[in-house]
Amino acid sequence: MKSVLDSKIPSGPLKEKWDNYKNGIKLVNPANKRKHTVLVVGTGLAGGSAAATLAELGYKVKSFCIQDSPRRAHSIAAQGGINAAKNYPNDGDTVWRLFYDTVKGGDYRSREANVHRLAQISNNIIDQCVAQGVPFAREYGGLLDNRSFGGAQVSRTFYARGQTGQQLLLGAYQSMSRQIGLGNIEMFARQEMLDLVLVDGKARGIITRNLVTGEIERHSGDAVLLCTGGYGNVYYLSTNAKNSNVTAAWRCHKRGAAFANPCFTQIHPTCIPVSGDYQSKLTLMSESLRNDGRVWVPKKQGDTRKPRDIPEAERDYYLERRYPSFGNLVPRDVASRNAKNACDEGKGVGETKLAVYLDFAEAITRLGKDAIAARYGNLFEMYERITGENPYETPMRMYPAVHYTMGGLWVDYELQSNVEGLFVLGEANFSDHGANRLGASALMQGLADGYFVIPYTLGSYLASNELQKVDGSHAAFSAAESDAKARVEKLLSIQGTKTVTEYHRELGRIMWDYVGMSRTEEGLKKAIAEITALREDFWKNVLVPGEKTTMNKNLEFAGRLADFLELGELMARDALERQESCGGHFREEYQSEDGEAMRNDDLFTYVAAWAYSENGHTLIKEPLEYESIKLTTRSYK
Amino acid sequence: MAESMNIKLKVWRQAGPKAQGRFETYTVPDANPHMSFLELLDVLNEQLIKSGKDPIEFDHDCREGICGSCGVVVDGVAHGPQRRTACCQLHMRHYKDGDTIVVEPWRAEAFPIIKDLVVDRSAFDRIIAAGGFVSVNAGSAQDANCLPIAKTAADLAMDFAACIGCGACVAACPNASASLFTAAKISHLAMLPQGAPERKSRVTAMVNQMAEEGFGDCSNHAECEAVCPKGISISTIATMRREYFKAMLG
Ligand SMILES: Cc1cc2nc3c(=O)[nH]c(=O)nc-3n(C[C@H](O)[C@H](O)[C@H](O)COP(=O)(O)OP(=O)(O)OC[C@H]3O[C@@H](n4cnc5c(N)ncnc54)[C@H](O)[C@@H]3O)c2cc1C
Ligand code: SF4
Ligand code: FES
Repeated sequence: MKSVLDSKIPSGPLKEKWDNYKNGIKLVNPANKRKHTVLVVGTGLAGGSAAATLAELGYKVKSFCIQDSPRRAHSIAAQGGINAAKNYPNDGDTVWRLFYDTVKGGDYRSREANVHRLAQISNNIIDQCVAQGVPFAREYGGLLDNRSFGGAQVSRTFYARGQTGQQLLLGAYQSMSRQIGLGNIEMFARQEMLDLVLVDGKARGIITRNLVTGEIERHSGDAVLLCTGGYGNVYYLSTNAKNSNVTAAWRCHKRGAAFANPCFTQIHPTCIPVSGDYQSKLTLMSESLRNDGRVWVPKKQGDTRKPRDIPEAERDYYLERRYPSFGNLVPRDVASRNAKNACDEGKGVGETKLAVYLDFAEAITRLGKDAIAARYGNLFEMYERITGENPYETPMRMYPAVHYTMGGLWVDYELQSNVEGLFVLGEANFSDHGANRLGASALMQGLADGYFVIPYTLGSYLASNELQKVDGSHAAFSAAESDAKARVEKLLSIQGTKTVTEYHRELGRIMWDYVGMSRTEEGLKKAIAEITALREDFWKNVLVPGEKTTMNKNLEFAGRLADFLELGELMARDALERQESCGGHFREEYQSEDGEAMRNDDLFTYVAAWAYSENGHTLIKEPLEYESIKLTTRSYK
Repeated sequence: MAESMNIKLKVWRQAGPKAQGRFETYTVPDANPHMSFLELLDVLNEQLIKSGKDPIEFDHDCREGICGSCGVVVDGVAHGPQRRTACCQLHMRHYKDGDTIVVEPWRAEAFPIIKDLVVDRSAFDRIIAAGGFVSVNAGSAQDANCLPIAKTAADLAMDFAACIGCGACVAACPNASASLFTAAKISHLAMLPQGAPERKSRVTAMVNQMAEEGFGDCSNHAECEAVCPKGISISTIATMRREYFKAMLG
């Protein structure tokens, strides 16, 4: 593989780059568009919006997802909102400020040009979604309402109750459905991509498994768009949906696509704490709650009094105390680390002592119960359903949980990986959030990629490449298909003694303990050794029940876990290599006296892109150049 | 720590779409009141795998009541006993030691069984594809605030748009009608000016598709509303009828 990665950032001043790019590209003749087949894997915000938009433009689209319907992609679960620089509240927002906040929030580890384009496009997204009928929250005058979110001092977040992701996804799904009805998109639900097919070095197809019949299928096209989401489930417990996985991305990685910044993981500060070892996933409570909820722990260690019996003077509102200008609205990485520290100091609350309070008493007194119910009613209900406790009366108990992965497949400005013809969109790529993502910006990125970036960049690729006709009978498809079949058979043939879930939990424990909220050289080395041993054991002793010719979810999960067992090791290696603390990546060795993250800009202002070969991984560095923003120590004090 | 409970489960097992199904009885000796109902099935599945048996297949993904993947009939009620709750959000604290729980898939002609508790709900996707959208291409929209919408209308639209497409309404309906699902989408878009230009073609196409898929007619039993995890109101069905008649009249 090439040892240098070209980010293809267009020339010109930052504000003009995207326009310069669009002005300079070749276009596909409208009559030729329908001659191109594009394979879109994933139907979340990124894949759904891309598939719909490309079909509207006239391309032939084949779309794939694991769930029984494209409407159920993990994006559906996003709660809080989506950012845009509309400045409707007139509180000082601009495209520049959204750009700046996102780069700063990402602790200066993202690409300026990409982030600036994202901020520019943000406003079009809101327009598009409203036109689709997305029922965003409105004010009494009939105009759109905004709320504030962590890491920003303006209100720029659009929302639809606590179901923003659902409404945005249904908007994209409905646009997709229209194109399905018109015959421009062929939909393949309950299909899992198991491999990427390269012909003459270019991405020309995928191998999938039909999850109902077990059949292995070949699909060919002129380009492949990977929109397969994040890999937070490598930790077993996370806020991601159970089907979220790294398999499609990992298969592409093993076919040559570089994997960038794998160790950059976001741990979200407000999730419902673990209740027992049967726990299958964690539930997020939207960041928007921190607008009105106040975070605190008892000042005394091991205080077992009920929260309401602890007087004000004996509570520590530690975020308000340490970060007076942002208070409870500090970015996620900062809030999470502080919660962990409070619990490590023995001030944690609840049965397990691994929780802090998020308290609405003051807001209820100030605004009234109805106002709070209007803002957060459905979240409060969800909390009560899960915990059996009423947050109107007693503070919520919260603990950080794995939530989002900033790392992903490396892409250039055109969202193309280093494998030609393979484009990566949404959470599956690494591009816009640096070492920490700000709230409400993943939805923005997924939709920006799908509605407004890929139509241009894919068109440019197709217009400037002469692609030979290729179909499923090509030898490359046969080879990839036999690999996929062999893997399925191998997994079923082991018939060992430990279940897939047992192995996954074990991997999750290693990842959380050593590659989680705080990392050390010693711990990371331990993680690498333990994961290697676990992986070897998995391939000797896993017990996968059932057959390959029927629906068999254990078999699906086994294949995904096998890839997580490789990814986990790379994450630890990446974390070991990055000898600095930045954003969600906190190395205990690199912190200031008062426990804040210490970056090392001289040595680590780069994207760590890992290339795979039979002999292992090699690191390729893409230096990050800051032309418009001055790197400073991130402070929310 | 919470007390553990002994729970008996009678679960519908069916090897494939054409296979004969039957109930099997299992026991989970160490259920915990804090676990969710799906976690109880997870625990049972681990038990089954370890004893060399096939685990029970069931659909699930978000486990937060929003994706609409999960859906089983628990003791005769779609999604189980807790109102306005998808079965992934049902917790075992609603049961007690020694209880028996009967678990079945959605049963409707338009939702054929794939395996065990998993059914094929693709008919819902085809109803949406028939007309459940606003025809607007990316790139053609005006500034979002050029279109003020009264808050009350926007809030109602949101109430209707909250449908998760789970299919409980069909499973609960004696006629296996998909009216609540279809009406929710029609009502969402009928509340908003964006939906107005295609109002008539939408309702006609969607209602016709619903019939074509083999769903039954609505005869006002209101069982759908009672089980709907999102509290979609049957008033939407009246709206759908009204919209349909208006469309018929031209
Ligand atoms: C609980 C929660 C709340 C959130 N809230 C917010 C928020 O308020 N604001 C915000 O900006 N962000 C939020 N996020 C983050 C945001 O939701 C996600 O980052 C974003 O939705 C990801 O979208 P995506 O399109 O990239 O991928 P996904 O929505 O994850 O979609 C992945 C798609 O790929 C398919 N797929 C995966 N693997 C394969 C395969 N091998 N073969 C075939 N198909 C495959 C899946 O079926 C699915 O269709 C939240 C995340 C969580 C977990
Ligand atoms: S109307 Fe209610 S029960 Fe029916 S599919 Fe929608 S959410 Fe499920
Ligand atoms: S699993 Fe998503 S709604 Fe139940």
